[in-house]
Amino acid sequence: MPMPDATTIARDRGEGLLFWLTGLVLLVGLPVLNVLPDPESWLHVSDFALNRFGKFLCFAILALGLDLIWGYTGILSLGHGVFFGLGAYAIGMHLMLTIGKESVYGSALPDFMVWNQVKELPLFWKPFYSFSVSVAAAMLVPTLFAFVFGFLAFRSRIKGVYFAIITQALALCAWLVFNRNETNLGGTNGLTDFKQILGFRLSEPGTQRALYILTVLCLGAAYVLCRWIIGSRTGRVLVAIRDSEQRVLFSGYSPANYKLFVFVVSAALAGVAGALYAPQVGIITPAQIGVLPSLEMVIWVAVGGRGTLVGAVLGAVGVNWSRSVLTNYFPELWPFFLGGLFIAVVLLFPDGLVGLFAHIREKWAAGGITRKPAPSSETGGQEAQ
Amino acid sequence: MAERGSIIYLEGVTVDYDGFKALNRLNFIVNYNELRVVIGPNGAGKTTLLDVICGKTKPAEGRVIFGKDVDLLPLREHEIVQLGIGRKFQAPSIYANLTVWENLDLSLKRESKGVVATLLGKSAQAERDRIGRTLETIGLADCAQQRAGSLSHGQKQWLEIGMVILQDPQLIMVDEPVAGMTDKETEQTGVLLQSLAEKHAIIVIEHDMAFVRQIARIVTVLHEGAVICEGPVDKVQSDPKVQEIYLGHRKQKNAHAAAG
Repeated sequence: MPMPDATTIARDRGEGLLFWLTGLVLLVGLPVLNVLPDPESWLHVSDFALNRFGKFLCFAILALGLDLIWGYTGILSLGHGVFFGLGAYAIGMHLMLTIGKESVYGSALPDFMVWNQVKELPLFWKPFYSFSVSVAAAMLVPTLFAFVFGFLAFRSRIKGVYFAIITQALALCAWLVFNRNETNLGGTNGLTDFKQILGFRLSEPGTQRALYILTVLCLGAAYVLCRWIIGSRTGRVLVAIRDSEQRVLFSGYSPANYKLFVFVVSAALAGVAGALYAPQVGIITPAQIGVLPSLEMVIWVAVGGRGTLVGAVLGAVGVNWSRSVLTNYFPELWPFFLGGLFIAVVLLFPDGLVGLFAHIREKWAAGGITRKPAPSSETGGQEAQ
Repeated sequence: MAERGSIIYLEGVTVDYDGFKALNRLNFIVNYNELRVVIGPNGAGKTTLLDVICGKTKPAEGRVIFGKDVDLLPLREHEIVQLGIGRKFQAPSIYANLTVWENLDLSLKRESKGVVATLLGKSAQAERDRIGRTLETIGLADCAQQRAGSLSHGQKQWLEIGMVILQDPQLIMVDEPVAGMTDKETEQTGVLLQSLAEKHAIIVIEHDMAFVRQIARIVTVLHEGAVICEGPVDKVQSDPKVQEIYLGHRKQKNAHAAAG
């Protein structure tokens, strides 16, 4: 009687340790280094650095969802910026309304409405006075939107490169709609100049620290959720869909339902990421949700290593970190660097950083390790297109 | 099984691909516990016949009845599978990045194959035992934890047959199972199919006449989307119409060969 789960368990233990260690560093280590050491000390983590890192971790939450659908299921979505944006705008609208009389024009209406001669708050803004409604909307709006869009797309059996194209079209549409002043969402300038959240000043380091910690907790929860899905039989159905959708269909599963499930989960994660992003970064504009950012998100996952959850997190944090560093010194070189990185990943290390590490470790151990942690690129590459 | 009569019944089925009739008013019946071999030249409609039964292709006209009175035409593919019709594809389609065990585990017949049931489901001991037994049957017991993508071509074919068996179908459809297999593998596959035929109805599509003779009881010959002959192997092989189709093709081929 073979033991079917032996290898998985051993792998999970190693990963579990890594999970708790990383969690400890992120949740306790960095905030403590932010508060305790003297600002002059090399150990000190500045408020700016902590806040910036919180932003990267938001992206990591989104990358987890994107990896679930692209890395595991082989469905390339080029429209995840939209779901991110829906989450961010939902919270952003609440934050706009809590500015109140502190706004530049001293009106109860958001500033951009005053510029645009809007006299009365549009109806769809009204529920966002409530914090809890806004938080719920940040998750539910992307979820519902993904459900409807995914239902239509997957039921019509749109797949491969066609799905990638219509999701890219979706990103373009969303960008156009959010850019219009008539949409009443701030147009090109988006939503910004937030002052407070639940009565706490957003300019206070303490508030930002709390948001950072919340982000770490959400990332942890998202990771556990994804790990649970991947570890279940559903996770194997997802990989099976990537390998041979026809076989899945003729084994009695409805691939459309599974695709819809994973699409909706990843959209919800993107929504959460957006909701945490807006108050930490202090601005959300259409430029952050369109075609280009959606493409970049895919690059994060590819660089980190698709088909591994660690890779998604690593990729999102790594690429964005390099962006902060590089744009500081050579701002005009960033697009070339990003493009070059993507080409390098595709040509040289298709399994991403995680695959590269595994490869190096394998060489190091000289034949000690046999099983690859990542599903190989053998079929994933073809079907992900 | 105690059932009598037909397990699959096709009447007047026509599949039209933009004017080309892949199936032309086809009538085709297979009974319970029958092993039927379907032969015919390329383009005769053999694979289309399987496509129609498993719901992949919907015919322009005709009736397709499973068992006593289940109309298959309005059903979707996975619903037809759940009724008890399993299909092995021509090119081995397995999940290359899962282990052999996981491949079989996903194929196992379960009450629900919806997302929620699959998300929460655990393996029961009885299920593990069944998978273990199937691994023995298809001769892959030693490779259970191997990545399926690393199997040989013949092993992949067997794995897929195993996956179909675990769906517990009443009717198994197998499309060219021995293409690309060595002689030994071909023979083993024949033995496997014959043992399966004790409990299931099986439709096999095959080109390899030696293999057909090894396994067949009744052979159906398709030509241009319709049945032109049906009966025991010897009778079919001596049928003048069948000879004409095959010889005609051979003559053409020879002519081409001579010309080239």
